[in-house]
Amino acid sequence: MKMLKNLVGWVDDRFPLLDTWKEHLSEYYAPKNFNFWYFFGSLSLLVLVIQILSGIFLTMSYKPDALLAFGSVEYIMRDVQWGWLLRYIHSTGASMFFVVVYLHIFRGMIYGSYRKPRELLWIIGVVIYLALMAEAFMGYLLPWGQMSFWGAQVIVNLFSSVPFIGPDLSVLIRGDYVISDATLNRFFALHVIAVPLVLVGIVFVHIVALHKVGSNNPDGIEIKKNKGPDGHPLDGIPFHPYYTVKDIVAVVAFLMVFSAIVFFAPDMGGYFLEANNFIPANPMQTPPHIAPVWYFTPYYAILRAVPPMFGSQFPGVIAMGIGAIGIVFLPWLDRGKVKSIRYRGPIYKIFLALFVISFIGLGYLGMMPVTPTYTLISRVLSVVYFAFFILMPWYTKIDKCKPEPDRVTFK
Amino acid sequence: MKLIKKLWMLVLLMPAMAIASEGGPQLDKAPGSLKDMASLQRGAQFFTANCLACHSASYMRYNRLMDIGMSEEEVKKMLPEGSKLGSTMQAAMDAASAKAAFGVAPPDLSVEARARGTDWLYTYLRSFYADSTRPSGVNNLVFPGVGMPNVLGGMQGEQQLQVENHEGHEVKMLKLVNPGSMTTEQYNATVADLVNYLDFMSEPSKLVRYKLGYIVLGFLFLLLLLTYALKKEFWKEIH
Repeated sequence: MKMLKNLVGWVDDRFPLLDTWKEHLSEYYAPKNFNFWYFFGSLSLLVLVIQILSGIFLTMSYKPDALLAFGSVEYIMRDVQWGWLLRYIHSTGASMFFVVVYLHIFRGMIYGSYRKPRELLWIIGVVIYLALMAEAFMGYLLPWGQMSFWGAQVIVNLFSSVPFIGPDLSVLIRGDYVISDATLNRFFALHVIAVPLVLVGIVFVHIVALHKVGSNNPDGIEIKKNKGPDGHPLDGIPFHPYYTVKDIVAVVAFLMVFSAIVFFAPDMGGYFLEANNFIPANPMQTPPHIAPVWYFTPYYAILRAVPPMFGSQFPGVIAMGIGAIGIVFLPWLDRGKVKSIRYRGPIYKIFLALFVISFIGLGYLGMMPVTPTYTLISRVLSVVYFAFFILMPWYTKIDKCKPEPDRVTFK
Repeated sequence: MKLIKKLWMLVLLMPAMAIASEGGPQLDKAPGSLKDMASLQRGAQFFTANCLACHSASYMRYNRLMDIGMSEEEVKKMLPEGSKLGSTMQAAMDAASAKAAFGVAPPDLSVEARARGTDWLYTYLRSFYADSTRPSGVNNLVFPGVGMPNVLGGMQGEQQLQVENHEGHEVKMLKLVNPGSMTTEQYNATVADLVNYLDFMSEPSKLVRYKLGYIVLGFLFLLLLLTYALKKEFWKEIH
C-alpha cells in the first residue's frame, strides 16, 4: 500500500494524475436526478470501445482485396478461433452504436441539453454523429457482398450530382470510375485508421466540453445556481462513485441485450445483416432492390422524396444532407423559456411527437421499394420532418410553459 | 412520458409491419432443425453425392462435418480423390464448362442458405415444373427462368403447372403427373434434410452460438443482480 502511494506520488509530481481524477470523476458534480435517458452517453462510449477492440482483431484476418474480401470474411466466420464471435460483435456493435446514439440525441432534444451554455458541446456531438455515419458507411463496403457494393455505388453516385465538380468528386472518392478494388482499399484505410482516430479525438473533446459546462438534467435547470457552503452544487453528486456504479448496472443490462442479439439473432431479421450481402459483390448484376442499412434509411427516404429539379438529383441530396445535420441548428431555433419537456406546453410536445413519427416513418419507407403511395407518404413526412425545425422559433415562442422549479425533482 | 411509451411501442412494431407487407410467392416453411444430427448427416451425404457435381461450397471444409456428429472415418469415405480432411468442398465440374452447359455458372452454395433463406430453398427445390419453352425443359415457380435443370426430377417425378382462377385471383399450383423414384413424402423429407444441412453449412458456428449464448446471458444476469445491489448500497445516502 505504501509503495503504491509512493508510486502515485511520484507520478503526480510529474503528471496531473490526482487533479485529472478529481476534476473528471471524484469531484465532477453531476445532477443527482439523472433518469433512464442519461445512460446512453456512457453506453455510446462503451460501444466505441467494443468496436475498436473487435475491429483490431478482425483487421488481423480480413483482406482488403476485391478478390479476397468476401472469402476472408467467411474465413473469419469459420476458421479463425472465435472469429464468428468477433465478427458478430462488430456487426451488432455497428447497429447498436446508432441505437444508443439516436437515443442519446433524443435525450438532448427532450431536455433541451443543446441550449446555452451547451451549444458547442452539441455541435461537437453532431460532428461525432457525422464521423460515425462516415465510419459505418465505409465499414459496410468491406464484406464486399452485393449490398456492400451496390449501396456504396448508389451513395457515391450522389456526390456526382454536385454541380460542376460532381463527376470529379465521385472519382476522387472511389479512386476509380466504378466501385472497385481501389475503392475497397481506400475505404479500408479510412475505416480502420482515419475516421476512428478522428472519432476518438472528438469524443474526448466532447467530454472535456461537457465537464466544462456541466451536465444538464431532466428538469433542464442549472444545478450550479444553488451551491452549498463547500462550493459544490447542492443537487450535484460526485460522478465517482455514484454514477460509475449506476452506469455499470446500465452497462450490464445493455450487454444482455447486445449478447442476446449476438448469440441468438445476429442478422436481426435482415436489419443488421442483410441477406443479399451473403452474395459476393457482382458489378454485372444489379440487385432488384437496393436499400441502405436501417440507420441511414430516414435520410434515404428524404432523398427519394424530393423530385429531380432541372434534370438534377442535387436538390434531393441537399435535403438529405440538411436532414442529417438539421439538429445542429437547434440551439438557435429554440426560443422556449424552459429547456425540459417537463415544463413545455402542448404545442411543443405535438411537434416533437410529429417529428419522431416522421423520422421513424421515413426510416421505414427508406427500406421499401418505391411505389406512388409510398412516395406520397415520404413527401408528407419529409415536410413534417423539416417543419419541426423551420417552425421551431415560432411554436416554441408561443407555447405556454409551466414554471421551472428552483431545485431538481428527486423522489 | 406516456407519449414516449406509445412511440416506443410503435418502434417495436415496425419489423412486424415490414414483414406483413412483403409480397412474392408463398413459401413453405422448411421443417428442419439444427438439433437433429441424423437429419443433418443425411443432408450432408445427399449434398456431397448430388450437389457437388456442379456446385462448390468452397468455404466449407470436410472436417467441419465432424461438428454434426460424423466420425473421422465416415468423413474420409466422403472425400473425393486428392482431397484431405481439411480440404474445402469443390465442384466436380469446373465453372467454365458448367457455364457453357447451363448458361450460368452454378453458384457456390457455402452461404446460400443465408442469402436465400431456408424456406425459399425448401420451396424452390420442390417447385420445378415441365416447361417446353425452356432449354432445360423445366421452369420453377419461385425462380422463373431458372438455369438449373431439374436434377432431382428423377426422385420427385414430373410436375405440371396448373393455373386456377379463384374469384379473380390466379392461383398457380403444381401437380405431380409422372411419379419419380420417391413418394412425395419421401422426397419432401429428403429436401428437408438437404436444406437443414445447407443451413448448418452456411454457418457452422450456429451450433455453438446458441449454447454459449445461454451461458453468457446467465452470467450477465447474475452480474446484473450484483451490480444493482452495489448501486443500491451506494445510493442509500443520496436524498
